Amino acid sequence: MSAIEPPVQRVWWKQPLDRAELLWIILALAWCLIMFFMMPYWHLYGKQDLGSEAYRMSPDDYAKLTEAMVTKYKVREEGGDQKVPVVHPPAGSDVYLIARLWSWYPILELESGKTYRLHLESMDYLHGFSLQPENINIEVVPGYDRVLTITPEHPGTYGLVCNEYCGIGHSTMTSRLYVVK
Amino acid sequence: MATNRMFRTCPSTGLVFHQPAERLMMANAVAAAVFLLFGGILAIMVVLTRWPAVHLLAADRFYQVLTGHGINMLIFWVIFFEIAVLYFCSSTLLKSRLATPGLAWAAFWLMVIGALINNYAVFWRDDSSVMMTSYAPMGAHWSFYLGLILFAVGALVACFVFFGTLVVAKSERTYVGSVPLVTFGAITAAIIAVFTIASGAIILIPTFLWSLGLISHIDPLMYHTIWWAFGHSSQQINVAAHIAVWYAIAAIVFGAKPLSERVSRSAFLLYILFLQLASAHHLLVDPGLSETWKIFNTSYAMYLAVLASMVHGLTVPGAIEAAQREKGYTHGLFEWLRKAPWGNPVFSGMFISLVGFGFLGGISGVMMGTLQLNTLIHNTLYVPGHFHATVVIGTSLAFMALTYFLIPTLFRREVMFPTIAKWQPYVFGLGMTGVALFLMAAGTLGVPRRDWDITGAGNAFPYSFPGSAFLMLGLAAISGLIAITGGAMYLLNTVGSVFFGKRIQTPDFQHVRAAEGVAPSPKPVAAAIGSYHPGGGGALVAPGTFILALVFLVSFVLYYFINWKYLATVWPMR
Ligand code: HEM
Ligand SMILES: [Cu+2]
Ligand SMILES: [Cu+2]
Repeated sequence: MSAIEPPVQRVWWKQPLDRAELLWIILALAWCLIMFFMMPYWHLYGKQDLGSEAYRMSPDDYAKLTEAMVTKYKVREEGGDQKVPVVHPPAGSDVYLIARLWSWYPILELESGKTYRLHLESMDYLHGFSLQPENINIEVVPGYDRVLTITPEHPGTYGLVCNEYCGIGHSTMTSRLYVVK
Repeated sequence: MATNRMFRTCPSTGLVFHQPAERLMMANAVAAAVFLLFGGILAIMVVLTRWPAVHLLAADRFYQVLTGHGINMLIFWVIFFEIAVLYFCSSTLLKSRLATPGLAWAAFWLMVIGALINNYAVFWRDDSSVMMTSYAPMGAHWSFYLGLILFAVGALVACFVFFGTLVVAKSERTYVGSVPLVTFGAITAAIIAVFTIASGAIILIPTFLWSLGLISHIDPLMYHTIWWAFGHSSQQINVAAHIAVWYAIAAIVFGAKPLSERVSRSAFLLYILFLQLASAHHLLVDPGLSETWKIFNTSYAMYLAVLASMVHGLTVPGAIEAAQREKGYTHGLFEWLRKAPWGNPVFSGMFISLVGFGFLGGISGVMMGTLQLNTLIHNTLYVPGHFHATVVIGTSLAFMALTYFLIPTLFRREVMFPTIAKWQPYVFGLGMTGVALFLMAAGTLGVPRRDWDITGAGNAFPYSFPGSAFLMLGLAAISGLIAITGGAMYLLNTVGSVFFGKRIQTPDFQHVRAAEGVAPSPKPVAAAIGSYHPGGGGALVAPGTFILALVFLVSFVLYYFINWKYLATVWPMR
């Protein structure tokens, strides 16, 4: 009987498997398990894993922490009319980045090969931290301070693009990040 | 009980249509096509704006049109068609009357009104360009949410009409034994739909109240999580529905019977068991959720739902191969496939849908849903690339293929332009394959989705994407226009045939009304013919399919590990 008619054997769950099916199920299941265990494996032994360190924090408190960092480690300002501070925090320190409609604040200058605790939080809507061309993409959520221990490599100027739709100015929300020797 | 029993037997297929059900199927299918038309017109504007060389619309229009494209396509076109499929799989396949046609009409109108209200918010009020995901705290006008809620309530009622029909069929004994496999798949889809709509209610009703000012705060992370419990599970409905359609088409075109009912049905059961975990793969780079939770959920408890899809991917073509071999196409591994009716759009559409869904949609989906790999493509154009392979090549093309079968049987019209019908699946499938691949390529190069302009012109700190990214966007747009041509061919043919096609007369068809006495239920058919193989042993029944499946597995493994290799070159982070 075809698939649009009732099965011949009422008790379909006792019908025998075809050999090809059985073989395929075994192969597919094995592959599924490999894919599954890749994730905990990489979590333990891989180098790129976002981890889950995050705290609830009001945008106001987060903005204060960011401002404190900016006053302490500002090295210069960049941009035409709207000046954005560039900060060069010491290796190993807590580095704060604000996402808001429609800009990133401040511009970070990090040293290659050094490790930082990078914080990300949005002041309003959801935003997307997208570091180009490195292609690291992270959701930035208001009210949650997410901490990432990150080690920049390869000195250069990186693009920072918002890739979570955040309203009419979405595509103007670009900035940069410097990695220096 | 004075029930209205009006049945018609299709002379060419022997299917039995209950007239009220038939009208409902037609209404839902026509509504689906209307929304496909609207979403397709919006697609033209979307692709022409994302083609940097053309850049058609202004930013506000683009976001409005993209919001409308997503909702009208993914929600209205797909779900209206699915309701028609549900009625077909219950009433028609079980040869039963449809339970409560009145309620089914109420459901239909609720859905229509909901869809109109939502489009009113997006296009008329012009204050709800929030994308279909409408992530709080970005808010739309209350009518945006109200429209979606009404639509969802309508769909829920339709699901219950479907379940009611199953009960009616069972109690009136319109079939013997278990329900057919295709109906089983439809039941899977409907069960998932009920769960999905419940999640939708949990998130959309508070958001609706919030938009009215009755609730002061919606936690964005909570919204993100529950919205995707709704948003992704609904994709699970689509998968279950279009796989049921694949099985149906294999049965209709080839008379194929499942290799084994047990395997195919168990695979459907796996969908039901693991669907509620699906929301996680959208949250892999969100803060505030533990990695253990993410790993367990994103893999649907060790990829058992993926396993289910891989099983269907073997058993559907496997059943076709077995049926073809029985007809004598036994030469070599692939004669059965070469000699398949490639000029019949019912078959070609279904087969392109199957291959595209598996190779493009399936592999990319599992890659994206891997905890650490997600960081590479989250929110880039890779994501729309992936789901145009699943929901457009997979679901939409399967539905289009089924339509070519429904025009003569359900609508009783001849297909108006057979040559156009013959080429349509190829044009649409080819175009969409291009859209999927080039969007994925652009995403791999970092181009964001839902982004009006990637040149950064006028920004204080623009980022210039590599030239190859612009090339990919151009190619995606050209492929998009080909796909849209394919969509137009489909609509031209369906609308033309359904409204102006030559009528097919059914001999002996007469209306029997309740007032004139109740007509007898159609007689249950006696079960005949066994399955292909008495049970294991001997040669494989579908060796060609097995080889194709191995090719699939090898591509899958290679692509998966290439991405890990790429990830390993990214900055270390913890
Ligand atoms: C007919 C040809 C089609 C073309 C050329 C097309 C093209 C596109 C493109 C280029 C995007 C991405 C825009 C962006 O993120 O910036 C998009 C988004 C989308 N498309 Fe299509 N599409 C087509 C048909 C469909 C169909 C049939 C469906 C559903 C069944 C669909 C569902 C979606 C959805 C859900 C989105 C996401 C909207 C959002 O981000 O909220 N599309 N489409
Ligand atoms: Cu943003
Ligand atoms: Cu999903």
